[in-house]
Order: sequence, then C-alpha cells, then structure tokens
Amino acid sequence: MSTYKHSVTLDIDKCKGCTNCLKRCPTEAIRIRDGHAVIDADRCIDCGECIRVCPYKAKKAFSDKLEQIRDFKWKVALPAPSLYGQFDNLDDIDYVLQGLLDYGFDDVYEVSRAAEMVSGYTRRYLRREGVRKPVISSACPVVVRLISLRFPFLCDNVMPLLPPMEIAGMLAREQAREMNPGLRDKDIGVCFISPCPAKVSYVKNGFMGKKSYVDLVVSMNDVYFALLPLMKKDKTPMPISHSGMIGISWASAGGEASALFNDRYLAADGIENVIRVLDQIENGNMPSLEFIELNACSAGCVGGTMAVENPYIAKTRLQTLRRYLPVTQNWSYKEKNADTFVPEEYFSGDRLKYQPITLLDNDMDAAMRKMQAIEEINERLPHLDCGSCGSPTCHAFAEDIVNGEANENECIVKMRERIRKFLAKDGPAGKEREPDDRT
Amino acid sequence: MAADALHFRFIVDGENFTSAGEASVEVKKKLRQLGFAPEVIRRVSIAMYEGEINMVIHAGGGEAEITVDPDRIVIVLEDHGPGIADIELAMQEGYSTAPDNIRSLGFGAGMGLPNMKRYTDEMKIESELGQGTKITMVVNV
Repeated sequence: MSTYKHSVTLDIDKCKGCTNCLKRCPTEAIRIRDGHAVIDADRCIDCGECIRVCPYKAKKAFSDKLEQIRDFKWKVALPAPSLYGQFDNLDDIDYVLQGLLDYGFDDVYEVSRAAEMVSGYTRRYLRREGVRKPVISSACPVVVRLISLRFPFLCDNVMPLLPPMEIAGMLAREQAREMNPGLRDKDIGVCFISPCPAKVSYVKNGFMGKKSYVDLVVSMNDVYFALLPLMKKDKTPMPISHSGMIGISWASAGGEASALFNDRYLAADGIENVIRVLDQIENGNMPSLEFIELNACSAGCVGGTMAVENPYIAKTRLQTLRRYLPVTQNWSYKEKNADTFVPEEYFSGDRLKYQPITLLDNDMDAAMRKMQAIEEINERLPHLDCGSCGSPTCHAFAEDIVNGEANENECIVKMRERIRKFLAKDGPAGKEREPDDRT
Repeated sequence: MAADALHFRFIVDGENFTSAGEASVEVKKKLRQLGFAPEVIRRVSIAMYEGEINMVIHAGGGEAEITVDPDRIVIVLEDHGPGIADIELAMQEGYSTAPDNIRSLGFGAGMGLPNMKRYTDEMKIESELGQGTKITMVVNV
C-alpha cells in the first residue's frame, strides 16, 4: 500500500524491460516484471536517475501543464533561479521575468528572493541554543525523503524551515491579496517553474505535514519553449528582478551553504555522493560542522531532469549573470531578538518522521527468520548482479524470493548451469561430456 | 519459538580507506530491515565503524563478525596486526599511535577506542604484541 504520489512515471509501451534503470536506482525501487520496469512507490525518492539513464525515454517526469494557469483569476509565476541559466546571451534577468508577464502571468515572484530570506533565517537558526548539528538543508526534496526513509537518526538534523519555493509561494499569495483585496485564495494560482520532478511530488503530497502554497508545478522545459518567442531584445523590460548574488547562487551546488558566511559547512551533490555523506554523518565520522547542503542532482538544481541546458553551462551563465548584482536584495527583517528570530510561518509543520520501508516484518522474530532465509538463498546465487532476473542485485533477488515476489528458477545463470549439466548427461551422442566441453 | 541468532562476517580490507566503513553500512542496512530502534542501530554502526577504521589504520585489515539477537548485538573484530602495547593508555581519549599520513586524512584523533566503549554496553580487548587484537563489543537492546 502506498500513499505517496510520484512525479517519476513509466511509459509501458516504450519500456523494453532492459536493466539500465534497475541498476542505477539508488533505493532499489525498480524491478523488471512481465517485460517492463515497475517502480515501488514506497521506495522511490523521485531523484530522476532512471530518467537520465533510460535509453528509450520510457521514464518521464509528470508535471502540470502551463496552460492550466488559465484556470485561475490571478496568475503568479515562481521561477526557480536555475531558469535564468537556460538562456544563451542573457544579460539581464528582467528579460525572463518580462517574458513570463507577456505570456500571461499577472505577477512574478522570484524563488531566489525567498532563497535569500531563507539564507538569512538559516544564519539565525544556526545561532539558536540546542539545535542539533550539523543542520541539514531541507531545500532538496529528494534528500529530505531519502533521510526519512533511510536515515532515522538524522531526521532531527533536517532544518525545520520551509524551502524557498514554499516561502516564495506564501509571499506571492500575500502580495496578490495586497494588490487585489477582493481576491479569494482559490482565485490565486501560484505556478512554480521547476527543474525538478521531486518538487512536483512534494507539492502533491505536502511537506512535513504542511499543505503547499504552490498550486501548479510546471516543467522548466515547457516554459523554456513558451518563453523563447516572447523574449525580445528590442524591448526594454520592466525592472522587476529583486535577486542578489545569494539567491542566484542557490541554483547550483554550494550556493546555499556559502550564503551562511560560515566556513564550517559541507556541500555535496549527486545522489550517490549524498548517500555516502549521510552514511558518514550517521557513523559519527564527520568533523564538527554547522551546516550540510545536499543536492540529489549533480551540479545542484541546474542538473534537474526538467531543465533544458547542460547543468555546467547553466551554472557558468549564472556566474556571469550574478556578477553585477548586490550580495542580496532581501535582508531578513530587523525584528526584535534579531539574533535568533525566525517568524513562525517560515517553519514546516511537524518534525520529519522516519518511515521504515525496508522492514522485513513487523515482528522481529519473523524478520530474523526471513533474513536468515535471504542470506541462505543469497549464498547460492552467482553474485554477478546481472539484473536478468528483474531484481537489481543477487541479494535483492534473494529478498524478493523470500517476500514471495520472485522465484529462484528465474536466475538465468543458474538456468544455464542446469542446461549445461543436462546436456552433459544426455548430450547429442548420448555419451558423458565435460561440462565445459563446448563444441 | 524464537528465531536463531543471525551471523554476519565481513573481511575488512587493510590499507584501503575508500572501502573502510562498508561493513558498518551493510550492518546498518540489515538492522534497519530487522526493525531495531534507530538509537541501537546508530550505536552499533558507530562502534563498528570506529573498529573497522582502527583495523585499517593499525592492523592491515581483519575480520568482523556480528551476531544479532533480538535483545543484544555482539560485534567481534579480529586482526593479526601488531597488537596493543598498553591497553589502558590506548583507551585514553586523545592518545593515538597513528602515523602522520593517517592524521592528515582526519583520522588518528585518539577517539576510536573511547568511542567504541562509549557507544557499547560491554567491551573486551584481548591483544598480544605481534599476534593481533580481538575486540568484543556488546550492545544491549
């Protein structure tokens, strides 16, 4: 039974049942059954690795359609900062924002602005007493879900502040009501322009017990093609952008952490590296650090599967774009106790809960018997991890057998052995042959 | 009837820092599948990780054997390294015989053995110079 809705989906007609995604999935969420891939929704973290490796384009990231924004009276675009890195020869962010208005949005609220506020509040949060260190960023939804499934002891290290997209959504709604006092909440459509399929899942499922402020999550790829014909260089855009260097830097790995003005941080990107870092923090083998920024995608958000441009080219363009910007244009407000103050509405609802999805059985005795059986079967398997049985490794295959989802006879290496022995006994000439006597 | 205890054996490769800690990650995964409490899993994985690193730094590798019962987890680490000359001294926080090249990797802070003791309920060190070291640790659930 699964209640988690995912963005990453499969087009069965295109799937050949090959083992590319099977082998690459970091949470062993994929099996090949009846000739095509099946994704276990409980285990999937929407990292998009399978989308990247599928040679047949059978894996897709589902997202909302840009046209759906027309269902709302007041339409607000929330561009992720990575969007600005998609365009060649762009020298001013305002061309992109003007393009969004020309497309039909009534207002734009840059996620990079909210990111700068989150940076400010993170600096304050780190100064609070009793905060469990290192604090792990909550910005990457893949990492947050991974921790909730696999790193029970780190759940309390995840920063309880909402990620920039949510805060941008919250502030965009406030701004919409200020500009149009008559608007009801359901008249306001907040549309996040996303490089990331996991943000789609995040919005559909809510985050740490809180409903999202975002209504639609649209693929950056779709928006890119809608914007290209609208972005005209001959027209001077309105000066809309309120982003500084910090906000733009959030689009690539290391940007969030470097905005803390504190050198006791670590930033890692790429899902395999992220897992290694988390394992090491859990082992206690980390120099004492204040903050950990983890990005599931290599290079950070610019590496998302719904982005258009090569992530490293996008990152280079962002470096150029931010060069003449102020450090930040969104200093946190000067509230009282400004040293540690963070407004209540910037926090997520509950603390992150551990969900033990790999549990073999609710009863420990039964779980131990199952594990014993798994280890025994695993001993007999060839350990080639070829994936032909439909499970990612021989060990996973043994688990699937014990869980009643696979049959040991499906191992083709063992089948080949049986055929060879059979031929050796009853060969064409009827005489005994050596098993390795290939003629 | 209660299930039999589970046994896991791992070879810890000497002089290989890249793979050091793999056995403890593997054990962590298994304990999670069995449904042990996060705190227990963490104690076992830290104690085992420290022990693994020690075997890599000082003993050119060794063997780890883990016995899992619902109420206790026993970790036995055995190597054929140089042995520990003065166990009492080795148990002191900050005492280390790790060479400089190891310290430059961030290891050798002299916290390995003290951490192993801190995170386990029982710890026994048997060591003979020139023969090797055997460390038995117990985590009660």
